[in-house]
Amino acid sequence: MIRYYLEFERPIEELELKIDELKRASDGKDIDISSEIRKLEKKVNDLRSEIFSSLTPWQKTLIARHPDRPYTMDYINMMTSDFVELHGDRRFADDPAVIAGMAKINGIAITIAGHQKGRGIKERIYRNFGQPHPEGYRKALRVMKLAEKFKKPVITFIDTPGAYPGIGAEERGQAEAIAVNLMEMSKLKTPIISVVIGEGGSGGALALGIADRMYMLEHASYSVISPEGCAAILWKKNGDLSAADFSKAADALKLTAQDLMDFKIIDGIIPEPLGGAHRDPEAMAKSVSDFILNAIEELKTRTQAKLLEDRYKRFRKIGTFVEEAE
Amino acid sequence: MAWFKKTKEIRTDRKGKIPEGLWVKCDGCREIIYRKEIEKNLKICPKCNYHFRISARERLKLLVDEGSFIEMDENMTSADPIHFKDAVSYKERLKENQKKTGLLEAVISGDALIKGYPASLILMDFSFMGGSMGSVVGEKVSRAAERALEKKQPLVSIASSGGARMQEGIFSLMQMAKVSAVIGRLRDNGILYLSILCDPTFGGVTASFATLGDIIIVEPKSLVGFAGPRVIEQTIKQPLPDNFQRADFLLEHGLIDMVVDRKNLRDTLARLFELFS
Ligand SMILES: [Zn+2]
Repeated sequence: MIRYYLEFERPIEELELKIDELKRASDGKDIDISSEIRKLEKKVNDLRSEIFSSLTPWQKTLIARHPDRPYTMDYINMMTSDFVELHGDRRFADDPAVIAGMAKINGIAITIAGHQKGRGIKERIYRNFGQPHPEGYRKALRVMKLAEKFKKPVITFIDTPGAYPGIGAEERGQAEAIAVNLMEMSKLKTPIISVVIGEGGSGGALALGIADRMYMLEHASYSVISPEGCAAILWKKNGDLSAADFSKAADALKLTAQDLMDFKIIDGIIPEPLGGAHRDPEAMAKSVSDFILNAIEELKTRTQAKLLEDRYKRFRKIGTFVEEAE
Repeated sequence: MAWFKKTKEIRTDRKGKIPEGLWVKCDGCREIIYRKEIEKNLKICPKCNYHFRISARERLKLLVDEGSFIEMDENMTSADPIHFKDAVSYKERLKENQKKTGLLEAVISGDALIKGYPASLILMDFSFMGGSMGSVVGEKVSRAAERALEKKQPLVSIASSGGARMQEGIFSLMQMAKVSAVIGRLRDNGILYLSILCDPTFGGVTASFATLGDIIIVEPKSLVGFAGPRVIEQTIKQPLPDNFQRADFLLEHGLIDMVVDRKNLRDTLARLFELFS
């Protein structure tokens, strides 16, 4: 398997390549170097622990966008059964950047909507890099309305750079599609649980993110603007922005799961396997599934009125400002 | 080269506002027009009907019955929830904008009469940090909507905004959720909401309360959309259609109810209040 390493993972890559080489060299030969390999494996593990315990916000952003990271469809495959995908917004098209459907998780029927990125060039283009058109948001809402009608919990997976900026998207009301989702999800009469599995890119992410329980994976990000976009606004230098600028912008934006937990925007952080979700997708899916099942269990005891009132208040109270009496 | 870039930026920055001096070049038709002629005409180009940007206070004067406006939450100011660091701190940026505009924030809100009809009002001002929505804008919009609900009177918003305010990070993003949830309550309780979009309105404001109006009205030639034209151009690497994201384009694509001249807005609102009452 060809592994993809990020810039700051280079020292890990070097060690792992060395291990591979040793394994290949010893293969079928009579020399025992297993203790040598074990020593190197421990070293690589220590190194990874060290690097991953002190990731910067920009490094986390890169992990959140890692090309090997599990996507919505991977979670559906790993943690649900009987998945039936539903297509189309009944108005214009089916948007491959959003997956929607029904499935069972631990025997419980649920409704799922999530952004979908693609793997490999062909699929990435087909999925439009996870950037939905209005149809994607309208499909997701249509399926959520089905969940409401048949009293099934809604699970949403968030993983998008943002809503697609294009001519067709504008012609068909990208802004309105997002706004309607925000409004309708805020009063959807069934529990909604939302997990940011990778990139939470601005309004295009939020349009699937109005929920009773909001979780983020340990290295996921959620932000009003991308670090690149923020840096371009702040330090416009004829387009020659560097990773150092993006890093500074990522720091300023406070976009990590840990930040959002501190701000009390989200309810929990789902720990990732060492090295990131892509290092052990099965273990990651198990953790996500556990969080979702707990939330379903918790929310099902709420009356509908209480559920909706709590959801409304949750968003209504967000914001900090100063009010001086005259 | 750098010098060249700079002058260009200044020019885009000024777009829509009336530049200083006796003569003004109209952004709509590129004609040179006598400044006083535009000011006399509600800041509308007499040649091509381009509506220059005006302040929230000027709008208020054009819209409401004289002396009827009661401002609410007028002392609300922004905190610095994520301690945003930039060359200039967010707090300094706020102070600069307060000094420049004479406003405390990017929105004025309150209750007023429009041709005798009571309504709750939201008026955004683009000159304050590009009319961006942070916690204060989100809160004032929410409270105005709640007042409309409580008094069972229509809500009217006049939007002009670059979108969510970057300097408040995730708190700005979540204002979109907050205001949309409050508008949802108006929908469920039969409260009329008229949304007016002015040049320019984009991003987190169009993707929340501004496109949730029961009726959506746009000022002539205004630029309104989700993504800005420059971002779209960079993404698709193609030139954009001529009237892309302009009022007529929006009308043609079924995204809005009508394009209404500034001088007719007050009458239009009153007629709608009458028809919906
Ligand atoms: Zn003109």
